[in-house]
Amino acid sequence: MKFLKNFFEKTEPYVQKGAKYHWLNSVHDGFFTFLFVPKHTAKSGTHIHDYIDLKRTMSIVVLALVPSLLFGMYNVGLQHFIAIGEAAATGFFDMFLYGLLKVLPVVIVSYGVGLGIEFAFAQMRGHEINEGFLVSGMLIPLIMPIETPLWMVAVATAFAVIFGKEVFGGTGMNIWNPALVARAFLFFAYPAQMSGNSVWIALGKNDMPIDGFTGATPMADAAAGNINFSVADAFFGFIPGSIGETSTLAILIGAVILIITGIGNWKIMVSTVAGGVVMGIILNIFAGSQGLSPEAAVFFGIPFWQHLILGGFAFGAVFMATDPVSATQTEKGKWIYGFLIGILAILIRVVNPAYPEGMMLAILLMNTFAPLIDHYVVQGHIKRRIKRAKVTA
Amino acid sequence: MSEVIKLRKGLDIRLKGSAETVLETLPVPATVALKPADFPGLTPKMSVKPGFEVKAGDALFYDKYHPEVVFTAPFGGKVASVNRGERRRILEVVIETDNGAGSAEYKKANPNSLSAGEVKEQLLRSGLWPFIKRRPYGIVASPQEKPKAVFISTFDTAPIAPDYNFIMEGQLGTFQTGIDALAKLADGKVFMGVSDKSVFTNIKNTEIKQFSGPHPAGNVGIQIHHISPINRGEVVWTVNPQDVLFIGRLFETGRVDFTKIFALTGSEVEKPKYVQTTLGAPVSTLTDGRLKKGNYKQRIISGNVLTGTRVKTQDYLGFYDSQVTVIPEGDEYELFGWATPGIDKFSASKTFFSKLFPKKEYEMNANLHGGERAFVLSDQYEKVLPMDILPVFLIKSCLADDIDKMEQLGIYEVIEEDFALCEYVCTSKIKVQDILRNGINTMIKELG
Repeated sequence: MKFLKNFFEKTEPYVQKGAKYHWLNSVHDGFFTFLFVPKHTAKSGTHIHDYIDLKRTMSIVVLALVPSLLFGMYNVGLQHFIAIGEAAATGFFDMFLYGLLKVLPVVIVSYGVGLGIEFAFAQMRGHEINEGFLVSGMLIPLIMPIETPLWMVAVATAFAVIFGKEVFGGTGMNIWNPALVARAFLFFAYPAQMSGNSVWIALGKNDMPIDGFTGATPMADAAAGNINFSVADAFFGFIPGSIGETSTLAILIGAVILIITGIGNWKIMVSTVAGGVVMGIILNIFAGSQGLSPEAAVFFGIPFWQHLILGGFAFGAVFMATDPVSATQTEKGKWIYGFLIGILAILIRVVNPAYPEGMMLAILLMNTFAPLIDHYVVQGHIKRRIKRAKVTA
Repeated sequence: MSEVIKLRKGLDIRLKGSAETVLETLPVPATVALKPADFPGLTPKMSVKPGFEVKAGDALFYDKYHPEVVFTAPFGGKVASVNRGERRRILEVVIETDNGAGSAEYKKANPNSLSAGEVKEQLLRSGLWPFIKRRPYGIVASPQEKPKAVFISTFDTAPIAPDYNFIMEGQLGTFQTGIDALAKLADGKVFMGVSDKSVFTNIKNTEIKQFSGPHPAGNVGIQIHHISPINRGEVVWTVNPQDVLFIGRLFETGRVDFTKIFALTGSEVEKPKYVQTTLGAPVSTLTDGRLKKGNYKQRIISGNVLTGTRVKTQDYLGFYDSQVTVIPEGDEYELFGWATPGIDKFSASKTFFSKLFPKKEYEMNANLHGGERAFVLSDQYEKVLPMDILPVFLIKSCLADDIDKMEQLGIYEVIEEDFALCEYVCTSKIKVQDILRNGINTMIKELG
């Protein structure tokens, strides 16, 4: 690897400000620091620094996403072969391979577009390239339905990186979770293509679905008043849905990685689930009340805990709500923030007649309110400090 | 003694190279020096010129705004040079030592029999006053102000810090005299923080509070926060344990004696141990011939690895320091350093396999291990700051120069050393201590 180091060291003068290839500075620095931790030493302040940096932090989140990604690939294949009635005749690897070939382009488009824009912005601002997109670039494919056209993925990623992040100043400054901004952009800009029953399962032009195939997710079915999914399938993830969100088990593996390493905040995860459970119970109580349409009564009546394994709830709670930049910064605030996400997610999911999913909107809404929650927590802290002064005086 | 104050937040950094409890007495160094830069915010005015003969305790320079606060020669001899830097800022006043020069004479008396005014007068004239620091801001105390109390932490929890139980051997009587003098200044309100196995528990004329927990439990700022927190308009004073000895000696002998024990520590020291020399000694008297040899750079720090000052061998030791630490510089690239399992990499985070070895000590270098970024992660700082303070919000208010917010969020209670661990653990490599000092300087400038 010595020749690589030599290459980067030798080329360094050519990409400095004023030199011939100055416009490659951030790219050079990005690749160099990716390969080698730089030799910078402490100039002031503490003389030793923790070995952890943003690259390691972000790569651990990506690692935690891998189970969901791998399962998502398999499930894309599985749902495809179920739809065409060949599931029993197809082996595991064929299914996985089919999914891999379907999912990989989405991942490549997401990373390619996103990183390209990140590089350009870093160069424009004269900054180092920030690692934040390593995670966003993985999250975006995982929350897309598999039949999302690639150009839409590209447009959404570009929108998310530019208007969700870079206009605020880049990683660390953004108000909303960039991956959710991408998803919300598609949801509102291309509602016809992004909802309904035709986007969740990969089908080629010549594939003939079997009789009775609808392509609907269990949640869409439930919202329409017919509950016909098995709890085990929903937990393990053998149901249609966005690429990475179906398997609660794979998400739980990721959650364990995040909690053990301390990278993901367990308080937000726990309080989000608590909020979801509370709202689920409230809806259960009102399931029998008069005036509800029969479909709504059925959806209200889903046992509260089943909401946790359906749709994007688990994925959102573990990977989206815990985004440290767009979440609340105070410890007390995290409990409130997570709890309200849980409440709102289930409320929107069940009560909104247009679209039976609420996690995305709930998290984006609470992202917006996170600074307000923090403000009140900090004000409470300041008041307590002032009171302390009066007591001792 | 009252109940133990248990602190749970914090971090003990398991650095290699703690000092063996062996004391070596060094010969008097050829030169000693006093550095105005050791006193944040000081504008020094010279009292001597090169060539002047001085005794230990004779004034070298004084504070322009408090002329009664003088800074005196740590050892007698001839003023060799006044080294200046940019814009003629005084960097150091160097004295060629002379064993025969002796010390200036002061009153020899039991401080209990003196008035507060007499004690203060004696401390000011002898140049011992600057050893008393004040909070807020961590600067030299003003003789005009009346402190709420004096606080002394008798143990240091910083990485491979000196053990004051060892340093105080045979000097506890002198320490008591020093405490008596300080008690006079603060109307008897002296608080002392001790650890569980402490030789200080028999000291009288002071209120003793026992602390337990990881670093920064030994920081006096943390102890103040848990004993009697500083509110707006209040002032407390702090003194280091070895500096209490200087005060004690002054009243016991009527002379100044700046003999001081340093812990020579760090993984780059051949045999880490304690050495006795004098205040303001050159770094080289400690390090020459005592460091490991290798074809890589070493970093010498006057103080500990968290708050110390980087020095070269031709520099002089810091005024308030009791430790010298030498670690590898670590100015080398590391291939995929961020992706290694990290069995040999100590970290506060739980993302390295070193977490599986809770007892092991590690060699650490001065590499940043990553690039500087914006704040991304939250609740890292909170885990290592055992205070009722929101560190990130305080740091952000410093960055914004928001005086109201700084005051409300507790800037009066903290100085750099209390936030040093936040800087160590920071994933984004933010220069927390620099930012905090800038905030404090803004406060001093705006509010005085």
